[in-house]
Order: sequence, then C-alpha cells, then structure tokens
Amino acid sequence: MALFRRQTAESADNKADQPEQPRSWIARLSAGLGKTSSKLTDGIGSIFGGAKRRIDDDLLEELEEVLITADLGPATAARLVAELAKRRFDAEMDDQQIREEFARDIADILAPVAQPLLADPAQRPYVVLVVGVNGSGKTTTIGKLAHNFREEGRQVTLCAGDTFRAAAIDQLKIWAERTGAAIEAREPGADASGLAFDALAAARDRGDEILLIDTAGRLQNRTELMEELAKIVRVLRKQDETAPHSVLLVLDATVGQNAHSQVEAFRDMAEVTGLVVTKLDGTARGGVVVSLAERFGLPVHAVGVGESAEDLKPFDAQEFARSLMGLA
Amino acid sequence: MFDSLTTKLGDVFDKLTRRGALREDDVNTAMREVRVALLEADVALPVVKDFVAQVKERALGQEVLRSVTPGQQVIKIVNDALVDTLGREAVPINLAAEPPAVILMVGLQGSGKTTTSAKIGYMLQGRERKKVMLASLDTRRPAAQEQLRVLGEQADVPTLPIVEGEQPVAIAKRALKSARSEGFDVLILDTAGRLHIDQELMDEVAEVSKVATPVETLLVADAMTGQDAVTIAKEFNDKLGVTGVVLTRVDGDARGGAALSMRAVTGRPIKLMGMGEKFDALEPFHPDRIASRILGMGDVVSLVEKAAENFEQDEAEKLAKKLQKGRFDFEDMLTQLRQMKKMGGLGGLMNLLPGIGKMKKQLAAANVDESMLNRQEAIILSMTRRERANPQIIHASRKKRIAAGSGTSVQEINKLIKQWQEMNKVMKRMKKMGGKFDPSQLPPELRAQLEQMDGGAPGAGLPNMPGGLPGGLPGLPKGFKS
Repeated sequence: MALFRRQTAESADNKADQPEQPRSWIARLSAGLGKTSSKLTDGIGSIFGGAKRRIDDDLLEELEEVLITADLGPATAARLVAELAKRRFDAEMDDQQIREEFARDIADILAPVAQPLLADPAQRPYVVLVVGVNGSGKTTTIGKLAHNFREEGRQVTLCAGDTFRAAAIDQLKIWAERTGAAIEAREPGADASGLAFDALAAARDRGDEILLIDTAGRLQNRTELMEELAKIVRVLRKQDETAPHSVLLVLDATVGQNAHSQVEAFRDMAEVTGLVVTKLDGTARGGVVVSLAERFGLPVHAVGVGESAEDLKPFDAQEFARSLMGLA
Repeated sequence: MFDSLTTKLGDVFDKLTRRGALREDDVNTAMREVRVALLEADVALPVVKDFVAQVKERALGQEVLRSVTPGQQVIKIVNDALVDTLGREAVPINLAAEPPAVILMVGLQGSGKTTTSAKIGYMLQGRERKKVMLASLDTRRPAAQEQLRVLGEQADVPTLPIVEGEQPVAIAKRALKSARSEGFDVLILDTAGRLHIDQELMDEVAEVSKVATPVETLLVADAMTGQDAVTIAKEFNDKLGVTGVVLTRVDGDARGGAALSMRAVTGRPIKLMGMGEKFDALEPFHPDRIASRILGMGDVVSLVEKAAENFEQDEAEKLAKKLQKGRFDFEDMLTQLRQMKKMGGLGGLMNLLPGIGKMKKQLAAANVDESMLNRQEAIILSMTRRERANPQIIHASRKKRIAAGSGTSVQEINKLIKQWQEMNKVMKRMKKMGGKFDPSQLPPELRAQLEQMDGGAPGAGLPNMPGGLPGGLPGLPKGFKS
C-alpha cells in the first residue's frame, strides 16, 4: 500500500480538512525550494541578463558554479554541465531553456529513486527504524509519519528510542498524543535496543500495523554509537527476521557534501533502505540529493517542508528538479 | 573535522612542491584543485572564489615564480589566506555588560542551540565562576523547554521555571526580571529554531532582542552546513546583528567549510566550537590552530618529508660516519651543497622552519643566496681530488688556479676555506655534545617522522649546511625548538 501515493491523491481533501494549511504541499515545497532556487535561478538569470547567450566555456563555467551553490557538489555539477555542453555547445539559449535542460537531466537522475514508502500490510507490525545525525529531524519526521499513517486509519506504535537527548522522550510522547498513536517508552538513559525489542513485542501483541522506532542522533564517525544502531537491528531480528522493514536515514537539507559520508556510514552500520530529506522549506536546496542519487541509488521517500504534522510529503523527482531550477 | 580537506590540499601541494620552477599554468592547475577541494569541503562558492583569487594573485607575483621554491611559497600564501579568512585571533565570549549579561542564542532548527546553551552555561559557571541562568523561549518544538530544564539540572545550572503557554517575549521579560532580582551575572536565552526566511519568527526574535538587549547574539550553526551557510549567516546577521558564531558538531567528519564561510560572510568571529555531547565539550576557536590543522601542520613536517625524500640513504650514512670521526672535507661539502639545492635551496629550507624569520633577514643581509651555492659548487669542482680531501694543502698558487677555473676570486676561495674550518669546529663541538639536537623538543608528528628515518639523516645533514652558516648551524635546532 502506497502511503504517500494515496496521500497525494487525497491532498485535496486534506486541504479542506485543515484550513490552517492554505497551501498545497507542492506550493509549499516550491515556495521553500523557490526561495532557495530563486537564488539559483537568479544566478542563472543574472548570467543571462534576460538575453540569449551562446553556450561557450565561460558560460559553462558560470553555470557550473550556479549548480555548485545548490549543493549539487563539484563532481555532479561538472557532469551536468559537461552533458549540456555535449548536446548544446555553441547553441544560443536563454535562461529558461537552460533551466529546462538542467531540470530534465536532474529529473532523469532522480526518477529512479523517487519511491514512496510502502508499508507492506503483510508485515504486522511493519517496523520502521529512523536514524540520522543529531538535529536532522528524526523525532519530528516520526511525528509526521505517524500522522500520515493514522490518517490512513492504521494502528501505529511509536518507540521512544532516543533515550539520550534530554526530553526527547517527552517530545515523542507529545507526538503520540497528537496523532493518537501508542507509545513505548522507558526512563531516560535506558538501553535503546532493549526498549526496541520490547516495543516490537508490545506492538505485535496488540496487532499494531506500524511500529516507528526513534533513535538518538549520532555523528556517523562515532563508531561506538554506530555499533549501537547495528545492535538495535540485530535485536529486532531476534523476534522478526525481516525487521526492520525500512530503515530511514533523515537528512537535513542544509547539510552539504557531508551527506555522502552520512549515507555511507549509516548504510554500512544500519542497512539504510531509504532517505527522508527535511527542512526543505528553508533556503537550502538539498541539491546534494542529486549526487546522492547518482552515487547510492537509495530511494528518497519523502521530504519535510515545515513543522506541522502535515508537512511531510512524497518525493517527486520531476517536481523536485523543476523546483530546484525555479520552474515550478 | 578538517581531516579530508587537509588530505586533499596536501595532495595538491605535493604536486606543486615536487616541481622545481613553477609556471603560471602550474599555479592555475593547483588553484583549480584547491577550488574543488574547498567546494567539496562545503566552503561557500563566493568565499572559495575570493579565496582562490586572492591566493592566485599573490602566487603569480614575480617573487614567487622566480623563487627557488615556488611550491612552498604558494603553500605559505594559502596558509596566510586561510588564517585571514578564519580571523586572526581567538575571541572570547563578551560579558562586559551590566549584570545580567544576556546571551541570545539563535539559529536554524536542529543546529544545536539548546545543547550549546547548556554547555555555555556550564562553562561560564565553572571556568568563569559566574552565576548563570538558562531560559528557554522555545515554545514551538514539543518539550524543548523541558529539554533545557533537564540539561540545566544535569549541568547544575539554574533554569527559569516553565510557565505553560507563555509567549517568548513574555518569557524573556520574566527571565530578565528574575535574573536581575536574584543577582545572576549571566542570562542565556535559548530560542526556537527558525528559518531565516520566516518573517514572523524573525520578527519575534528581533522583538526578544529589543527587550533583552543581549551583549552577545550567538548564531549556532552546524559544521556540516553546505552552501546555504552563506545565506543563513547573512540573514541572521542582517536581521539580528550577530556578534559571534558557535560552530557545532565539529567532532563529526564534516570538512568544515562552514567555518570558513560563516566568518567570511558575517565578519563575525567564530567564538566556540562544540566537540561532543558532554557539557564540557565546548572549546574556544583558535583560527591559527585551525588553519594549521587544515594544512596538516604544514611546514615542519614537510621539511622532514623533504629531507627524507632527498637524502640518498647511503650517502647520508657515509656522511654520518665521517662526521662521527670529526672529519669533513670538501667532497662532503659538495655532497651537502648538492643535496641542499635539491631540497630547494636555502630559501626553501628557511621557509619551512618555524621561528626562523629573523634569521632570514640576517641571511639576506649577509648576501647568502642561491647563487652563492652555485659558486661554491664551482669552486669545489675546480679542485683536484687531493685538494678536496686535504684542504690544508691549498696555498696561494692553487687558489689562483682554482679561482681561474671556477670563474671566482681568491677571496671567495679563502672564504670557503674559512667556512670549512668553522664547520669542522662546529662539527667537533657537536660531537662533544654527543648529539644533533634533542628530538623530544619537537612536535610529536615530527618526532614520529624522524624516528622513521634511519640514522638521523636530516639531523646529520641539517646542522652541517654549507653556505656560510657556521654560527647558523647549531641555530637550526634552536629554530626547531622555538
């Protein structure tokens, strides 16, 4: 069952239900991306000054820089520009046409990774482990995921696995209240893997459909903390060999090329199956997603575009690419 | 942090220093690589462009290209530019205000404001013996106020009691009043994370700032921030008048580009950096140290590397044996001269040594330059084998012949012989001292490098530099130590 696909189809209803959310998510996404990509497109616009220009080495270099400022990274930026050069060298183009070209290439890169989070109903509970560095937005993302699943009428349990950060448990409890999800928690400082094990047992007993497990934020170069994640996975498998069914790495859109190191480390230690990109309502463009897609090919399930429960949206390659280039 | 940037830059510089002379093309290539290294480290593009342009301009100056060790010069220029970009000096937290001195913490969501607030409170209370109060104005993120309360409890720093439903400006007023009446020295106001483009929230924090008149407005920023660092820093600074930056998660493996960007864009110093999750994991930011970390301790280490690269092992051993016997003839001096030239000549060596700036001037005044090495080489080459092995037989007629053969003058030959005599003296003195210099005085990485080398080759080589430096020879170890 495609949570987010359905969610998209119903977005019109959602809007009606929530008058405090006047804009559709796409509007929000492109408003967020738009602000940021306004820099990008301002960038391109200012290169062109409104007129057509011949695609030559100078222009290509300027375009490359514009892509770099969107966090696409020097390598991906260089490749995109090289592809443009191959096709269009010496052609006369205006900024709109250039944007279209780039957007198409970026969408091509992103299309294979734009996959909704499918919570297979055959798994009961369907276990989602949420990991990431400190402050990337794990707990908030879980709150939003819970909201979406609850909207679909599913039984959800939250596991307050961040037993380290002060008040993280309280934060998740508030989300449980807001969304009507069950919560499994222990006192601060408790062993996270033991808690995860018990939470899975409890969720199974209740016959819940979804179990969302929060974890403490950790920097990917802290080996001992990364080991803990591996342990949580191992412990879950003692009850259910197929668990966790999804391991979501939450990435902050403001992060730059360090995202590569994050994906690599979390993938190796916690078998990450997909990404969620948060804080896309800021000016950061999350352009690093493009080079992540090229390098890792991990699915990007959803994007966070605000602080409210409704602000987690499916990732759409076309939309993201066009927004990134200011073409929404 | 910074490790991979260091490696990348190191690779670029390796290529550069391996070349004798540098052409403009070489510099351009190197600068392109520096540019990519910086961009991959998430240094913001405008900052990178400025930086590279600055370095290039200085590196392409006549002085560098003509210098015997242009590669080293370029590294030095990069180092200087790096320190300039990061700010020259460490700037501490400013508390010069009528108590309570208010510190306002601002930043994006998830940048680490709450944790940093507690750490600063802990630091000021412990190290500075200040009476500190923490207050959370974060009414948005669920349990954020509770988080600060718990942190305060753990760090033993008092927090303002939480009043449900109170709005940020009201909390700030209450905090001020309470801090004033209870005699607190410092009040730290933690705020909700906000996007710099969220007008409403930015207005709100501006209002808080007006009410609280903070002496410090610290922008808390994640060291992993990408290109957006520029926008974030600029917007917060424009709207709130940031007085300093706290860089968090510096203990991660981010390449630290944000450090360069933030300072460059705001012109505000980076005051502190978060180095871990514990309360005491907060350190002052020393730009010079960070710069040398980015460049991997550049100079001294590369000096030893160069020495290791250039010294032919057996020759060094032969020389070391001779030195131990206290015998040092012109043949040995020739070997030394040639090795010195290979290592980039005097200038190159001098540039690598820390604390040798003064000596460089003296050398210049004494007209010790690279052409002198060449002339000395010519003189020795004009000697017969016998003369080289037994310098004492070189009398007037031989000197004339040698001068004619080498295109020099008798005075220069006298000078060289005098130099040889002095060097022999030094050599004997050093033999008596029983060592070259005390390696325990060296920085650990240098020591490790030395230990890897056999027989202390550079130790034997360096103190015996020809080139008119008799007094300067024992001076080198001094240079090392300083």
